[in-house]
Amino acid sequence: MNDSAQLQHRGLIGESGVPPEIEIKAKAIRRETGFPVGWLITPSAIWLLLFLVIPLLSIILFSFWSAEVGKLDTSFTLENYAGFFYNEGFFDPQADRFLSISVFVKTLWNTFRFTLEVMALCLLLGYPIAYFLAMRVEKFRWQMAFFLLCMVPFWTSYLIRAVAWIPMLGRRGLLNKLLLNLGVVDEPVDFLLYSEFGYTMALVQLYVVLSVGPIFFSLAKIDKTIIEAARDMGAKTSHILWEIIFPLSLPGVAIGMVFIFVMIMGEFATAVVVYGAKTSTVGTVILNYYAVANYPFAAVNAIMLMLAMMIGVVIILRLVDIRKEL
Amino acid sequence: MARWSPQRKKKAWYNFLFGGYYAFFIVFIYGPMIAMFILSFQGRRGGTTFPMRGASLYWWNKLIEPSSVGDMQGALGRSLILAIIVMLITALFSTMLAMAFRKKFFGSGVLFYTVMAGLMMPGILLSLGLAVLLKQMGIPTAWWSSGLGVHVVWTLPFGFLVMMAVFNRFDSTLEEAARDMGASEWTVFKEITLPLVTPGIVAAGLFGFTLSYDEFARTTLLSGQYNTLPLDINASMTQRIRPTLYALGTASTIFSILMIGLFLAVSSLLQRKSR
Repeated sequence: MNDSAQLQHRGLIGESGVPPEIEIKAKAIRRETGFPVGWLITPSAIWLLLFLVIPLLSIILFSFWSAEVGKLDTSFTLENYAGFFYNEGFFDPQADRFLSISVFVKTLWNTFRFTLEVMALCLLLGYPIAYFLAMRVEKFRWQMAFFLLCMVPFWTSYLIRAVAWIPMLGRRGLLNKLLLNLGVVDEPVDFLLYSEFGYTMALVQLYVVLSVGPIFFSLAKIDKTIIEAARDMGAKTSHILWEIIFPLSLPGVAIGMVFIFVMIMGEFATAVVVYGAKTSTVGTVILNYYAVANYPFAAVNAIMLMLAMMIGVVIILRLVDIRKEL
Repeated sequence: MARWSPQRKKKAWYNFLFGGYYAFFIVFIYGPMIAMFILSFQGRRGGTTFPMRGASLYWWNKLIEPSSVGDMQGALGRSLILAIIVMLITALFSTMLAMAFRKKFFGSGVLFYTVMAGLMMPGILLSLGLAVLLKQMGIPTAWWSSGLGVHVVWTLPFGFLVMMAVFNRFDSTLEEAARDMGASEWTVFKEITLPLVTPGIVAAGLFGFTLSYDEFARTTLLSGQYNTLPLDINASMTQRIRPTLYALGTASTIFSILMIGLFLAVSSLLQRKSR
């Protein structure tokens, strides 16, 4: 006799109650709705295992090997990590490099510092735009149209957008023309292209939309009646901005910053296009060591990059609770 | 109404200020692309910067000629095929994952963070890890195998987040009603769930397409013998930059914008239909 038949034939309803073991079974039957979870997640889980988890674990493994000519020596060593941090002559007071930081740590630090600069610029430039879209544009249709106009560049190739800076920044580029015509400088300046200035400009233009989007969504969610209430009670505009709108937009700010942080820390293509070969970010260092087949050392740099990124993301998420947003 | 006029004036002034800043912002993010667009029509003897030396389609012609810029057509074809496959897989996987996440299940936390790790992990790291691993194992890399693998890892979290948002707003009483009336799981999915979430699936797929089509960092070490379009663009940049590159950039940008337009048209059509 099957379960459902049993359910129907145990006396009259309300007479003896449903026996507990059958109640559990009935609940189990009711719960089983939708497709089985196992089938739904298996393809993605296998894919992620193959192309995300295993490559990651193997990088960690490779970082403890060492490069020989033509192949890898698979015996365990910490040499690569030592090479990343330690500088020859660090402890020798007579040497030039006494107490100087290794070039790889310096590159990582520079990448980090530079990323923070670009993040700050993106926030400064993007926040007013998000505020304008969410608070100043009243018609929903226009809001969406203006917002989409901002977001379109995100969907175009960022390599191409980096290339597009060349006619702007070069010695005979548009910015130099503008400076000359305005009389700011007497002759074309060189510091625009292939410099940190040009690199910053290009990165801000490439990634600023990533701060506009999330901040816009946060701001648009704010209940307008709160602002009305504050205004009715006599709050000044600056007060409303600082004590209501800004705190409520923080989750959006955090999400935007995490996006930009992650993107720029791993950046290397833009650096090559608008900065030329002069620069080194952690990304270019990794590629250089890959090119000379020193995979273990490339792996160490990659792991350090990842650690720095994880620390950065954790700090941002500690400062702002974004769970409300999800 | 004299009492209100100063405030209104102030508001109009603020709006003017913000509107002006918005216009400046748009010029900032579109300016370089517009300059590139104009320069792609540079005359035959012109260079990569202004001034224009006449106007011509010379560089656009060079783009279409097969011999001049390496294997551009082939690269474009490979990129498109790859993007379409990634689009389909992203749409399918993200829908399945989001459906699984409607219920709590064992290991859901781990799986969630693993999916998200694809978003957080720098592309160069995954590229490096897989490339070295395959080299050790003696398996050749190719855009359609290892390249495809890491592309989906990158696009899946985007699609997944879209589908999670869709299912968060999903009214499951509709499905329960169908079940109570004796519909099988498959019928419920086909007749109720799928039509309601189709706009989301389209959005997830589009994320997959555009992100894969433009992806560079993740493909660098994994494309094998043949380049995808971004890799080809990068290769042509290491040589002398010529206005052909601008023509290519303009064409690629127009193509991306067409894709967005197509997506907006399809999604508004679907929305109208579901009402």
